[in-house]
Amino acid sequence: MQYTKTPYQQKQFIDVNGAVAGSLPVTINDDLLLRSYRTMVMIRTFDQRVVALQRTGQMGTYASCLGQEAIGTGIGLALGKEDVFLPYYRDQATQYLRDIPLHQQMQYWGGNEWANHFTGTSIQDFPNCVPIATQVTHAAGVASAMKIRGEKRCSLVTCGEGATSRGDFYEAMNLAGVWQLPMIMVVNNNQWAISVPRNIQTGAETIAQKAVAAGIEGFQVDGNDVCAVYDAVHYAVKKAHSGKGATLIEAVSYRLGDHTTADDATRYRSHEEVNDAWKREPIKRIQTYLHERGLWDEEQEQTLQEQCKQEVEKAVQTYLSQPPQPVEDLFDYLFEETPTHLVRQKQQAVEKLAKLGGE
Amino acid sequence: MGMHENIATLSQQHKPVDSKTPHVVTMIEAINMALHRAMDEDSNVVVLGEDVATNGGVFRATVGLKDRFGHRRVMDTPLAETLIAGISVGMAAQKLRPVAEIQFMGFIYATMEHIVSHAARLRNRTRGRLTCPMVLRAPYGGGIHAPEHHSESTEALFAHIPGIRVVIPSSPTRAYGLLLSAIEDPDPVIFLEPKRIYRMVKQEIYDDGVGLPLDTCYTLRQGEHITLISWGSMVHETLQAADKLQQQGISAEVIDVATISPLDIDTLVASVQKTGHCVIIQEAARHCGVAAEISATLQEQAFRSLQAPIARVTGFDTPMPYLQRENIYMNSASDIVDAAVKTLEAS
Repeated sequence: MQYTKTPYQQKQFIDVNGAVAGSLPVTINDDLLLRSYRTMVMIRTFDQRVVALQRTGQMGTYASCLGQEAIGTGIGLALGKEDVFLPYYRDQATQYLRDIPLHQQMQYWGGNEWANHFTGTSIQDFPNCVPIATQVTHAAGVASAMKIRGEKRCSLVTCGEGATSRGDFYEAMNLAGVWQLPMIMVVNNNQWAISVPRNIQTGAETIAQKAVAAGIEGFQVDGNDVCAVYDAVHYAVKKAHSGKGATLIEAVSYRLGDHTTADDATRYRSHEEVNDAWKREPIKRIQTYLHERGLWDEEQEQTLQEQCKQEVEKAVQTYLSQPPQPVEDLFDYLFEETPTHLVRQKQQAVEKLAKLGGE
Repeated sequence: MGMHENIATLSQQHKPVDSKTPHVVTMIEAINMALHRAMDEDSNVVVLGEDVATNGGVFRATVGLKDRFGHRRVMDTPLAETLIAGISVGMAAQKLRPVAEIQFMGFIYATMEHIVSHAARLRNRTRGRLTCPMVLRAPYGGGIHAPEHHSESTEALFAHIPGIRVVIPSSPTRAYGLLLSAIEDPDPVIFLEPKRIYRMVKQEIYDDGVGLPLDTCYTLRQGEHITLISWGSMVHETLQAADKLQQQGISAEVIDVATISPLDIDTLVASVQKTGHCVIIQEAARHCGVAAEISATLQEQAFRSLQAPIARVTGFDTPMPYLQRENIYMNSASDIVDAAVKTLEAS
């Protein structure tokens, strides 16, 4: 593999105006386009509602995925049911597509560990990972287990571009190269790591080129083009399943929202920049494309908006009606068998709760 | 990496395990024997770390494993401790039972984030959906005139973390039994091996695959006048001290804590209630050491039985000195005798 100065051309199928240069890849059919669109609209509705819940004191600190819906959607649609997904914390769309209901995702940000008790497709998936890039080494471990057992499965891990500065990212990618692991790293390059912009995060021209040193394939896609994300992940999954090793996908996007609800991005970036980024956001372009293809009309749009609102409202009601977990749960899941000192402390916690009036 | 061997083919080459004949072995050989036994009995057990495969480990703990179980299950990793801990978490979540070696405890700190934030919490934060049955082995402690960063005893760092076990053997028998139990344990275990006694004594061991219980102290000698509590290599000096005290007519009870977290405090309380005197001996620095936790808990639970303040024999609150002055940092049997006599005189 030889390094040349600009080896990575961003892959894009649907441009910002909803136009397709040439044709869509063979992996994309109409059904997939419609599913992608519906998912992204659902997740945006969800995202905005969760931010509103936080603003009204009904939600903990929340990390919005505004503007990055195509990445999560593309991954969620391309990754296999038997594969294992290791998220960072802007993966609402992927988790939704892997059977983690919206109310359960609210429960996570609302502060209840039961939110990570996944079932269905995500039963082996890792929960959100807050310590930056550590999930990438876990993904290498998951992929190692699959390789050791000779299974036709892979792990897929996400992280932000800031995470690619961290040792865990390099160490895991290095292992993925030398052990030929069935593993996919998708970097959500949303240009901002809280207040630190991409251009002072790394001197590397692209994140994708970091793959070169690890001896694995890396390339950029337009992270706001769900078709490009889907096609890239689909390719990488197929490659991993056939024993051909790991892939680094840099999905170029933009964080339209604050880092989290505890952040105020106006302190460090201009309105002009954000307004400009809105022109490249992922949903409008596919909507335009679907209209032009005759696959979508105003009536369908109205219905979808209404459906999304209703589903999200239902999730909000479920989330708000869930009681806090029993205090015993703090102690009962630390070890398979609860040691004596924890049994005693559990009793203390129960007594403490009683003193608090049971709440 | 040569992940080409077929696990089934390899297991056919296994020598039959001889559990009827006693083996006279050192602690490091006992560890090696336990690793062979665990890998033999459970194909989910895998061994990984730096130099563990072809070289058999710098202390020889993993010698022979690669030849017997193949590259798929005995893996030389890149030289990256964070990675070793991180992939162990990933493997364990997939229901393998990784036994990872960190070459020296001085290099274990790079693993801390994965131990604290992931291994220790995975079961809890997924409410039992994902678990982390991994063992992180590391040689630790001073007294072998090693270079800097090769002699520390920082077990207390791990004992402070909720959700993991910290286990320290002090003899070949307990190394074999405790390591087998650590590997079988459904939760993460930090298994710290006092390397000064790797080859100090030999014991007769049956390779019968029987583990010794975790979360329990081992009372090595019954006594009436004073309780001596220790773990790791200092157990040897403590036993020597008990001999010397016996010559002075003092009967000392010697307890090897063995699992420093979670702590079997009931055994320690019962002993102190009997003897009324207690000295805790740790090789590690004094401040916030495991001895401090034991002392505080004994004070809470056995205050009325104590006839004198609890004494601690510990290292200084300095880094372990380079090898020329290791002797001034480490404690001997006579330091323990002095502390015991002083404690008895204070009552």
